[in-house]
Parts: sequence; C-alpha cells; structure tokens
Amino acid sequence: MAEHKEPVIVGFLCNWGAYAGADLAGVSRLQYPPNMRAIRVMCSGMVHPNLVVEALEKGADGVLVLG
Amino acid sequence: MNIELLTLAEVEGISGREGNFNVKVRQKPRIIDMDKCIACNLCAEKCPKKVPDEFNEGLDKRKSAYIKYGQTVPLKYAIEKETCIFFVKGGNKGEKGKGKCRACEKYCPTGAIDLDQDFQDEIKDINVGSVILTPGFKPFDPSAFDTYAYSQFKDVVTSMEYERLLSSNGPCMGHLTRPSDGSEPKKIAWLQCVGSRNINRCDNGYCSSVCCMYAIKQSMVTAEHTTGDTDQAIFYMDIRTHGKEFDKYFEQAKENGVRFVQSRIHTVYPGQDGCGVKVEYFNDQTGERVKEEFDLLVLSVGLENSKRAVDLAEVLGVELDKYKFADSSSFAPSATNVPGIYASGCYQGPKDIPQSVTDASCAAASASISLSSQRGTLTQERTFPEEKEVAGEEPRVGVFVCSCGINIAGTIDVNELVEYSKSLPNVVMVENNLFSCSQDTQVMLKDKIQEHNLNRVVVAACTPRTHEPLFRETMKDAGLNEYLFEMANIRNQNSWVHGKEPEKALDKARDQVRMAVAKASMLQPLEHLSVNVNQSALVVGGGLSGMVSALGLADQGYETILMEKADKLGGNAWNLASTWRGEQIKPYLEELISKVENHPSIKVYKNARLKANKGAVGDFVSEIEVNGEQKAIKYGIAVVCTGGQEHKPQEYLYGQDERVFTHLEFDREMSEHKPALDKAKGAVFIQCVGSREPDRPYCSRVCCTHTMHSAIKLKKANPKMPVYVLYRDIRTYGSREDLYKEARELGVIFIQYDLENKPRVSKDGDDLVVMARDHILYRDVEIRPSYLVLASAVVPTEHKELVELYKCGLNSEGFLQEAHAKLRPVDMSVDGMFLAGLCHYPKPVDECIAQAQAAVSRASTILSRSVMPLDSIKSFVTENCDGCAICVDTCPYGAISLTDYDVEGVQHKKIETNKALCKGCGICEATCPKQGVFVHGFTNEQIRAQIHAALENV
Repeated sequence: MAEHKEPVIVGFLCNWGAYAGADLAGVSRLQYPPNMRAIRVMCSGMVHPNLVVEALEKGADGVLVLG
Repeated sequence: MNIELLTLAEVEGISGREGNFNVKVRQKPRIIDMDKCIACNLCAEKCPKKVPDEFNEGLDKRKSAYIKYGQTVPLKYAIEKETCIFFVKGGNKGEKGKGKCRACEKYCPTGAIDLDQDFQDEIKDINVGSVILTPGFKPFDPSAFDTYAYSQFKDVVTSMEYERLLSSNGPCMGHLTRPSDGSEPKKIAWLQCVGSRNINRCDNGYCSSVCCMYAIKQSMVTAEHTTGDTDQAIFYMDIRTHGKEFDKYFEQAKENGVRFVQSRIHTVYPGQDGCGVKVEYFNDQTGERVKEEFDLLVLSVGLENSKRAVDLAEVLGVELDKYKFADSSSFAPSATNVPGIYASGCYQGPKDIPQSVTDASCAAASASISLSSQRGTLTQERTFPEEKEVAGEEPRVGVFVCSCGINIAGTIDVNELVEYSKSLPNVVMVENNLFSCSQDTQVMLKDKIQEHNLNRVVVAACTPRTHEPLFRETMKDAGLNEYLFEMANIRNQNSWVHGKEPEKALDKARDQVRMAVAKASMLQPLEHLSVNVNQSALVVGGGLSGMVSALGLADQGYETILMEKADKLGGNAWNLASTWRGEQIKPYLEELISKVENHPSIKVYKNARLKANKGAVGDFVSEIEVNGEQKAIKYGIAVVCTGGQEHKPQEYLYGQDERVFTHLEFDREMSEHKPALDKAKGAVFIQCVGSREPDRPYCSRVCCTHTMHSAIKLKKANPKMPVYVLYRDIRTYGSREDLYKEARELGVIFIQYDLENKPRVSKDGDDLVVMARDHILYRDVEIRPSYLVLASAVVPTEHKELVELYKCGLNSEGFLQEAHAKLRPVDMSVDGMFLAGLCHYPKPVDECIAQAQAAVSRASTILSRSVMPLDSIKSFVTENCDGCAICVDTCPYGAISLTDYDVEGVQHKKIETNKALCKGCGICEATCPKQGVFVHGFTNEQIRAQIHAALENV
C-alpha cells in the first residue's frame, strides 16, 4: 500500500451552527490542522447517508457531520 | 437602505412637535472615510498610540485607530482625535503638526485616511415625525464603597470586568486570570446588590433586576473557562430569577454546586501577599461570624443612567423619575411626557434583554402609529436590470481571488492560486483583487461579468455568511440571477486558521476553489419567490393584551378580527384593581373596550373558537365558530393573546375555610367588605403557592408585588393590624422595590421559609392557625389571622387546540414558546404568528401592554407590504416522488403535505411543499429514499459535485 501523505476529511457543516463556528474560529485565529474540506449545508439534517458513504468510497479518511 | 446610521453623534436640541420635529445633531468626524474603509485592521495594527480599551473595561489596551469591538455596526474603523499622536501634536494646522506620525494614513491600503482634510464637527438638522430614546445604561461605579475595597484591592472586580475576563475576545482570551498575579482563580465570590437596593450610600433604592441572573450565569460559565474544580459562592439578599425559564437555571446552578449564601458581606480584607481577598460575613444559619478567603471577588454592580443620558432628557424636555430613569406609565409603556418622543430599554429602568427587545418593538409601534398615514413615502428600493436567460448555456465560470489586504495574501500565495484556478473546468477568467468586497471592485466585477459573458461567479475570499448578500447584489446589478454565485471561504476557514502552514493552506485553497467551481457549474437560476400578503390580522383572545394588539393593528390601518372565547372582553383585567404604580385599571379597561368595540377597522367576535386552520404567513385561512355558527376568516398574520389564570390552590385549607383567599379574591374582599378590615385580628400572606415547586418550577413574577400592594393597603386601612408575609425570596424587581420598602416601614413582618419547611395551616376551634418557622429566631411562630391570602401561581390557558392547528411550540409548563428567548421575544416559531401577555409567561399589566404593542410592531413588518419576498433556498419535488410520505412527518415546519392526482383514471400520490413554511433545512432531502425531494442550491447532485472535487487528488 502506497504511503498516504495526509488524511483528508470531508466535513458537512451546518450554515447556522458549525459553519458559523468555523468562521468564528477564524476571527479568533484559532489554529487547527488543514485537513478538513468543508461543505456548507443548510442543516446537518440535510446530509443524505448516501453522500457520507460516497465520500468514504471516494477516498475520504473520515467524514464529519457538524450541526 | 432605509436606516441611516449617524455614529459619533449627539443630540443638541429639538424644536417642533409630534409629527414634525427638527432635531439638531452634532456629529464628530470619524477621520476615516467610511466608504473606503474595508475594516482590514491595518491602521490599528500600525498605530503606535495605546490607550485603555473601554470595551474591555480598561483591562487592556487598544489603539487610537480602532473599532470598539469585532461586531461593531457599521464595521468601520475610527480615529480618536483626543488621543491620536497626530492630532494631539497639533494635527494638520500650522507647521507644528505637519509630518507627525501619520502611520495609519501611510499604511491604509484603500486610501481611506487623508489627514490633510479639515476635520470639523458637523451640525445636522434632521426632520422627523417621532423620536425614540435608547441611550442605554451605565454600570454602577463601586469606587466610592470603601466596604468592598474595589479601589484598594486588585482582585476585587466589577461584574462587567469579570464578563470581559471570561470572554474569548476579552483581555485574557477567555482563559480566566485574576488581575493581581495573572493566576487562575479557583475560588470566586459574587456580592449581589452593589449599587442596587441601597439607600444608605448610593441612593439607588431600586432593584437592578438583572444582576442575580447574570451572577448565576457567570458562575455557570466560569467552569467552562477554568481548569479543575472551582468553588463559587454568591452572597445575596433575595435571589430574583423572575424571568421565563430563569428559576430552572437557578436550580441548575445549585445542583452544579454553586453556593448561595444569604448574607451581605460587611468587610473585605486584603488576601495573602496582596492577592485575593478575605471577606467577613454573618452566617444566618449558625449565627456566627465567618471569615473566608477568595481568590477573586466580583461585585454585581447595578444599572443606572449615565450623566449624558440625564442631560439628553433635559435637552428634550423629557421628565425623569426620582431614580433618574425616563418616567413612563403602565398604560403607555414607551411614551414620555412629550408627545412624539418615546423611550425604551434601560433608559426607563433596569431590564433584561428580552424585556429591552420587547420594549424596543413597543416603542417602534408607538412611534409609527402617528405616522401611519405617511408609511412608505420616504422608503427607497433598489432596482436591477432584467435578468439574463442562462439556463441551457454551458457554464462560463469567472473566479475572483481576494487578497483581503494581507489577510489572505499573507498566508496563501494568491498568484499561485490564480494560476491554478485557470486550469479548472468551465473557468473562463480568473482575477486577483486586493479587496473583492470594495465598492470599486463591485463595479469591476460587473464589467468582467459582461465582458466575458460569465454565467457563474466564484469569489474566493471570506465567508458567505457575511459577504454573500453583497456579491448577490452585484450579480443582480450585472443582470445575472443571484443564485448563480458561490464562495470559497479561504480567509476565515483557511488563511486565518492555518497561518503557520502556508504550503498546506495553499493546497487547501486549491481544493476549496475547485469545490466551489464544481458546485457553481451545477447551479441553476432560481425563481424569485414571494407571497401575496392579506394585509389584515387576527388576534386570538380579547383580554388586555389582545385588545391592545387589536387596537394597535387597527390604528396602523390594518383590518383586524378580534376573537374572544367568553361573552365579554377584558379577561383577567376585570379582577385587577390597580397597577403597581397605583393607576386604576377599571377606567382604562372600560375606555379600551369602548375603543375596540367602536373601531371601524376591528371586528369583534365573542363566544368564538378556532376550529380549523390552513395556509401560512401572509395567507392564513381559518374556520371559527361564533355562537355556534361556522365562519371562514382570512388574514395575513395572527397575534395570540390567549392569557392565563390564577391557579386554584390545593393546600393551606383553601376552599375549606372562607378566610382563605387567593390574591384576586382578596382584592374583591377588600373592596366589598371594607369595614371588616377595622376589626380584623391580622392577615397572613403566603408567597409562592403553586410556584417554584417541582410541579411548576417557575416564578409567577407578579405575586410579590401584588402582596406588597395588598399589605400596604391593609396597613393603611388599619395600622394596628398585624400583617405577616411568609416568603421564599421577595422579588419586587425594578422600582417595585419601593413598595417592599414601604411595606417594611409600615410594619409588615416578613418571615422567610424554604420548601422543606413550608408553613402549616390548621384550625383550632374557630381560629385559623398558621404555623411558620421564623428564619431568625429558629423557632415556630403561631399566628391566628382573620385573613390568609395565598399568592397563587399564574397558569397558562390550555393550548392544545392552538398547538394542533398552527403547529406552534409550548414550553414544559404549557406557556407558548417564542422564536428566540432573547432576540425574538414576541415572534413565534411559526412565521407570521406573534404572542403577547400571560400565554407567554406571567407578567404585570405594563409588561403585557408593552408586549402587545411589540407584537403590533413585529406584525407590521409583514402587513406593511402587499407582497412579501421569500428566500429561494426551498425544497422542491421531483418526478421521482411516489408519495411514500416518509418526509411528511420529518419536516419540522409542517411544510409538506400529501396530495392525490389522477393520471388516465389511475390515482397517484405525491407530496407538495409549502414555500412559505419551508425553511430549506433539507431534512426531507436526507430522508427521501427515492431522490424525490431536494433543496434548491443544495441538491444531492450539487453536494456530490463538491465531494468529488474535494477528493479528486486522493
């Protein structure tokens, strides 16, 4: 198995909660590892289970659903 | 667009009268050009002059070029002339000042600072119809109290300072440290009523209403900002948690181990090595003097009016009360003595956030009623060119990469990102902007859209949560559908959080732009949705709140239906003699009923009940039953004022002995059998009957004040009569505290009890016997009164039908739930529905009226326009839907219904979504097993495109 460079995590972020929180983390300059790729959704309840499975199938090392 | 903000401004004079005032305003120069400032913080960063930061209570420093705090509106920097080195050293006048400092001017990337201008105060004359005063409050300054040693010891702080110490954007970034040695305090004490309920040293006889709750909040939040165990003690006189859900929070704090000590600290001594404090107080339970050490002492300071606010009243001719708050009456809560000038918030007296927000809406309603004939005459609306048809075209994506000064470009190599973006599919042009949000960039964006015939736009910059609206306007200006736009958040969620890893940040930015382009390519123009508003209202409930709402709506010019389940209007108000200020309720009530019944725009239905309801905001259709007859009614909004009742007690011999009354019954007794008062042997009031008990864990808010009123009446009628009040905490908030003081002065005896030792009531022969344990003597006291008055709880009306008809929410005690406890206290979670009065929470007459008028104001925001625009991010049904109806129950807004349709004689089922009810949350989308329902802008396909783009290089 080839050496994996960096884990990639797909994050589904609720516009009103987690996405706003991630913005605030920026305003507060809180540093965290740059491995997550955020997808903004209108509610964490919007994320279809199939999409989570698909992200993992396509090679994501982890999926975060943040509400 | 229809609010003009005048910052740095002060009112200097007023002339004219209601409907036509001329207000003279002095505006100080901001020095920084608001149109050019993009709030990049460079001026503040480069400014060499440090001054105490007043927002952080002087606990740290800010610069002379500054914004007061991160959420400032407008988000524009200012230069403080009084401290700026350039201005202090002579400014641009004469030779002396030339060439000094000017760092901000030099570094400002947008040229917003030009110090060679002539900066003078500007005097403006403003013509307005109504004026609303909201200057806010000033925290009490405890420096003068030597007892609390605020000025002597570093580790004695005010609650305002403590609030900043706890805040993540405060002076210690939310990692709590104490001022003396910077260590983390483990043992913290709060002293309540500093600058409140005190006529000995500060003349603030009133209760500041909010300090108990904020002290409890601070004690609860402290645990989140400290490590390990903490010990917290709140020293109090009475805990006053009389707001909605507040008492439960108090109970929670006790469970969490916060100590509540009923005692006033009389002396504060220095702690060891000049750190912390040692306090001395009297322990009520043991009768001993106690000395205890704390790492930090927080003074829960009260609220008062600032000198500037007092001066403002003088300039405007507004009368203040004896505590220097704007005088108001219970029946017109926002009015001042000057017609056309209104007040709200703490200018009228201490109040918490929900009450301030409610009062602000109340003032807005009052201020707009007299102006309703002119509504809309000065409002402006933007116009946009006709939208270009792009459906069916191949995507042509333009990408704009923002440097945000150095905010993005300082971490991410934007040139590299631009080059990369050019390689992405469907991208036809890429450009870098210094500030994508600046006004001139908007013009450039519009030109580029037209020049390159773009039909999708991606901006890689900050967050869509703040800047998407701006770019959407630009899209519309360029003739594109505003929903053909996507942002890549490479600042807040990249450069700002990965500052030390520029390479990885660039990698992430590439992915972010790629994901945004992939989604943008999938975007489709969305239809602009709106609902036609039926500009009429329904008010449910004809009590005081309902009538005030109906009258307000009708006075604003809207046809209003007022329905009442009983055969007469007035509700509970018929049973009330006077307000806490002593105003007689009956004459006001009779006048109000007469106005309501004779108003040409109000239709009153008595003996009426709601039977069925359909429709949504702007277009409700209901069936009601009036005197047994069915009627269909239509309306755009509804105000619910279904009220509450006095709880009928089950204890203390209530209903078994005619000398035992509830408050309302006793009011009647006093007015009907006045002579009996002279012969009475005595009276006992028992507080919290049915309130603050496990079954009903809330404070009924009105009973303490009611008791004071009745007790004072008794003492005045017969000064020799012994009057006892058995209480748990006396909650005469605000200036109601004066009544408590008056009752004590008249000789009313107060005996405190707790839930474990409730008073006992029995009969001994003909005598009614009340036994209570005295909290000072620690002995049982026997009283044989002629009257026993039970301060019984206020309970809400049964709301089951209403909840079923409108899908509105209740709290666990059966009160109707507001959309947001603090920010939307009169809106319900169902759009187009508002609430006021006892159905929301127990409250006195003045607060009912304020809330009812606030509901009028909130309702007017919908009723004032014949068409209400809706956001286009809504669910839509696809042809895959087979009517399985799984989504119907999962929709939290009741926006999905099942319908039948017919294809060549065969019945099929399908869902239908209501655009006005749908909030675009997409729970239906995630639930549907057949791809039968999606949300515009967030379809499975669009999200999938982002996932694929994110993982393209994995």
